[in-house]
Amino acid sequence: MKLYELSLSEALEKMAAGELTSVELTRSYLDRIEAIDQNVSAFITVDREGALGQAEQADKNRKQGKVGELCGIPVSLKDLLCAKNLKMTCGSRMLENFIPPYDATVVRKIKEAGGVILGKVTMDEFAMGSTSETCCFGVPQNPYKKGYVAGGSSGGSAASVASFECVASLGSDTGGSIRQPASLCGVVGMKPTYGRVSRFGLTAFASSLDQIGPLSRTVEDCARVMKVIAGHDFMDSTSVKREVPDYTASLTAGLEGMKLGVPKEYFTEGLDSEVEAVINNAIGVLKEKGAEIVEISLPHTEYCVAVYYLIASSEASSNLARYDGALYGYRKENTQSLLEMYKETRSLGFGEEVKRRILIGTYALSSGYYDAYYKKASQVRTLILNDFKKAFESCDALISPVTPMAAWKMGENTDDPLAVYMSDILTISANLAGIPGMSIPGGFTQAGLPVGVQLQGAHFTEDKLFKIGFNLEQALQLQPRKLDI
Amino acid sequence: MKISKKEVEHVANLARLNLSAEELETMTGQLDTILSYVDKLGELDTTDVKATTHVFSVSNAFREDLVKESLSQEDALKNGPEHNSEFFQVPKII
Repeated sequence: MKLYELSLSEALEKMAAGELTSVELTRSYLDRIEAIDQNVSAFITVDREGALGQAEQADKNRKQGKVGELCGIPVSLKDLLCAKNLKMTCGSRMLENFIPPYDATVVRKIKEAGGVILGKVTMDEFAMGSTSETCCFGVPQNPYKKGYVAGGSSGGSAASVASFECVASLGSDTGGSIRQPASLCGVVGMKPTYGRVSRFGLTAFASSLDQIGPLSRTVEDCARVMKVIAGHDFMDSTSVKREVPDYTASLTAGLEGMKLGVPKEYFTEGLDSEVEAVINNAIGVLKEKGAEIVEISLPHTEYCVAVYYLIASSEASSNLARYDGALYGYRKENTQSLLEMYKETRSLGFGEEVKRRILIGTYALSSGYYDAYYKKASQVRTLILNDFKKAFESCDALISPVTPMAAWKMGENTDDPLAVYMSDILTISANLAGIPGMSIPGGFTQAGLPVGVQLQGAHFTEDKLFKIGFNLEQALQLQPRKLDI
Repeated sequence: MKISKKEVEHVANLARLNLSAEELETMTGQLDTILSYVDKLGELDTTDVKATTHVFSVSNAFREDLVKESLSQEDALKNGPEHNSEFFQVPKII
């Protein structure tokens, strides 16, 4: 077994036993990145020197008995999380040369726990997309099939984990951006409850929907990282004051007495039959493990795409107003007036999808249209939230597909934004309702593409999702497959 | 048509974006498709439904007014496309 194939838990054990150093482990990932990333395109920035320095420090700390929960563990970061003095592009020309002067709270926590930052990974520009194809600095490939998308927007996070270029990665999820690429790349991904993880230092896309979360190769690894990054932060007024449970503590508990809801609206005609078969298999497996399966209705599911694209775009149009060329980022040179500087800078700095969403959002918030679009969408958001509240009165968690289909070929649907938006239908309502959602590898299609199983729970029930996920993972025992890289 | 080229031009100006003739053409078509689709929300009666802007009710998060460490002026200016040692510089405003 290669060092880079170790899980987080295995690596920690080996380091604790003195059989492995963080420098060895980190070097193994850096060499792996150097050898294969030209085929995967997961990384925008690799911080070889910084990572080795952090690894040395972790080894020293371990010798002195200062052993954080991620001591010596190499991770990657989606390139919209600020890590001090490490370039952060958000996948956009607008921030091509931006050097954050501070650490995001999650990055600080990872560092304090002894984690090693390998570098920053590819993503859709400003996290707007479902395939990472709008990234200006490389488009990640699906590690299981050349020429297929890794998903998005945290495509680089999922691809880097799946192709053994890091132990775990931090991504962000505004409408499925952790769960969908996790599903398409066959890794575990957790989108926590809104407010569970501080967003300070996360580049804002849609502030009422964004949430940071971990991606990893096993459920236990995901729970370990989650435990480190969760918690209240006074730098994010929307982060919630609530104790963080030890997510690894209850993993091995059984599922007896647990009720799993199957939302019938998620199993409609657009659902690929191979994906449906994987989900039905997972449902059967969990039933055997003692869970009771009940049918649930989320009647407003068909409205969530419309609600999401109005709310997310409205918030984005406001959040992205800050990119004006004045304080940081790209500026068009030699303009004659402030207005010209704003317009030229934004027109040249933003890509097409970002502009499209800014336009939708600006329109939805503009005088005369606010009630019909933004307000209406916010009201329907309440109905969607109520659907989930009602559902969780009669079950502990929901089980469903993550996406209606497995990964698709790059370049498909790029001229039909609505068709791409529709593929998010099974993930976006969790963000609208602020509930946690998770993707766990469930199987493969005949073509060899991974298919994830989605679990969604009531607010702050990440522990339940980890437990169900762990049970599923252990029962399925999916065998590792050869990567196509 | 849900939205005209003229309206898209107006919105682009509000958003401080320039659109080429070709971009205007494409964006108008795509925005029209998207806005026609979201009209679907009109099927629902939301007369007495409260709007959700945040999932948890957000109230002011107060803290003590204490002096804490913050970015130095140098660090804050560092990413500025144009600046001197004290200020960000932009084209003449007045």
